[in-house]
Amino acid sequence: MRVTIPSPLLHYTGRRAVSATGDTLAAVLQDLDRQFPGLRFRMVDEQEQIRTHMRVFLDQQELHTLSAPMPAGATLHIVQALSGG
Amino acid sequence: MAARDSLALLVATRKGAFILKADPSRRSWKAGGPILLGHIAHHMVQDPRDPRVLLLSMRTGHLGPTMYRSKDRGRSWKEATTPPAFAKADGTRKAHVLDHSFWLTPGHASEPGVWYAGASPQGLFRSEDGGDTWSPVAGLNDHPEYSQWMGATENGTPDGPKLHSVLVDPRDAKHLYVAMSSGGVHESLDRGATWKPLVDGLAVVEGFPADQLYVHDPHCVRYCPSNPDRLYQQNHCGIYRLDRPGQRWERIGLAMPKKIGDAGFPMVVHPRNDKVCWVFPMDGGGVWPRTPIGGRPAAYTTKNAGRTWQRLDKGFPDLNAWWTVKRQAMCGDARDPVGLYVGTTSGEIWASRDEGATWRCIARHLPEIYALETAEF
Repeated sequence: MRVTIPSPLLHYTGRRAVSATGDTLAAVLQDLDRQFPGLRFRMVDEQEQIRTHMRVFLDQQELHTLSAPMPAGATLHIVQALSGG
Repeated sequence: MAARDSLALLVATRKGAFILKADPSRRSWKAGGPILLGHIAHHMVQDPRDPRVLLLSMRTGHLGPTMYRSKDRGRSWKEATTPPAFAKADGTRKAHVLDHSFWLTPGHASEPGVWYAGASPQGLFRSEDGGDTWSPVAGLNDHPEYSQWMGATENGTPDGPKLHSVLVDPRDAKHLYVAMSSGGVHESLDRGATWKPLVDGLAVVEGFPADQLYVHDPHCVRYCPSNPDRLYQQNHCGIYRLDRPGQRWERIGLAMPKKIGDAGFPMVVHPRNDKVCWVFPMDGGGVWPRTPIGGRPAAYTTKNAGRTWQRLDKGFPDLNAWWTVKRQAMCGDARDPVGLYVGTTSGEIWASRDEGATWRCIARHLPEIYALETAEF
C-alpha cells in the first residue's frame, strides 16, 4: 500500500510517499521499520501506543489502534499533530 | 582526560546542539552548529575512553525519544539502533513510557563501550556497545517500590520527573549513585541490581514527610574526582556534602549569606581539590522564580568544603538579569586554573578562565540552554 510521510520523518524515508505491506497497521509499521530502521519507535511507544502527537489515517478515517486492518488499495497517511513551539 | 590543544563546549539546547571551540588561551571561542536543528537536545557528552565519540540524547515535539552518536567529534551523526526504552508492561511491571533521556554518563574506564542514561520519567538505561543499543536497568526501573520512590508524575519537575546525576565510582565499576527529582539519592554496589536510599540529613519542602522518598528532590550530585568518597549536592532544599562511608548529608548551604539562601540547580566540583566546589544560587522564595536573586547573577564558591562561601559576580550583569541556570548548564574544565562555564535559559554562555573570579559572555542568541559539558578536541 501507499504510505505518505510527514516532514519530521523524512530523514528516515527520504521521500514523501513510500510503499509498505501488511494486513494490519502494526504489520505495515513493522514493514516500514524494516525498510527505514528506527522510524517505528518515533511513532509508537514501548507500550504499543501511537504517540500523542502522531496521527494515522486510512484514507479519510483516523486510526487509533495498531490492530486496525489495512484493506487493499487504501492509502495510509501518517501526519503530525499541529502542536509544539 | 589529558589536556589537548583545543577545548570545546558541548551545548545542548531546546532547538538543537552546538559545539563551541576555544583557542588555547580559552579567550576566543568559535561556535559550530546547529546540530539537528529543531530537535530538543538534552545532553551531549564526550567519551573520555575514546574522545572521538560523542553521545547526544534527543527528542522532538512530535516524535519519540532517541539517541545520536558521533565517532568523529561531532562532524557526522548516526541514530542509535535501539535507543533507550522501558520494558513492556506485564503482570508485574508498570507501563512506563520514556519521554526523553535526560542525562548521559560514560561507564567505568575498565568498561569501554558502557554508557548509562538517566531518563524522564525516572529510569536508568545501560549500553554496552558505545550507545548503539540500550537496555533498561531492571533493578531500578522494575523495583517493587518504584511508585513509592518516585511518587506521581506531578511530583517531578515542570519538564517531567527525572533521573539524573548518574555517578560511576572511578575505583569500582559496580558502584553507582543516581539521583531523582523526585525520588532521592540512591546507591548501588552491584551495577544497578539492587539499590539503597541515601537521603539522611536532607531537608524536604516544609510540611512534607521527610521519611518518604518521593518528596526528596536532589537537583545535582557530583563526586570529587580527587576523592570519590566526597559527594556534593545541590538540592531543592539546600546545599550538602557527604563524606563516605558516612550516611548523613551535612547542610553546608546554611553558611551561605541569608539574603542569598542555598537554593539552586547546578553543582560543579574542582577536578583536583575536594574542598572546592561552585554553585549558582537562584531565588527559591515565594513561588520559586528560579532566577538570580534580585536579578544579579553570581556564582558562589567554597574553598573549605562548605564552611564558608564567597560571591563570584565580576563581569556578570549587575542588575536586570532574570535568566535561569539549569542543573546541567554549569560545568568546569580540567585546566589550571579551572575554567567555569554557565549556560542560561536566555541562550547565553558565560565563561571564567580564573575559577570564577571574573566572567565574560562568550555566546549569546542561542536557544534555551539545557546542558553544557566540556570536551577535549
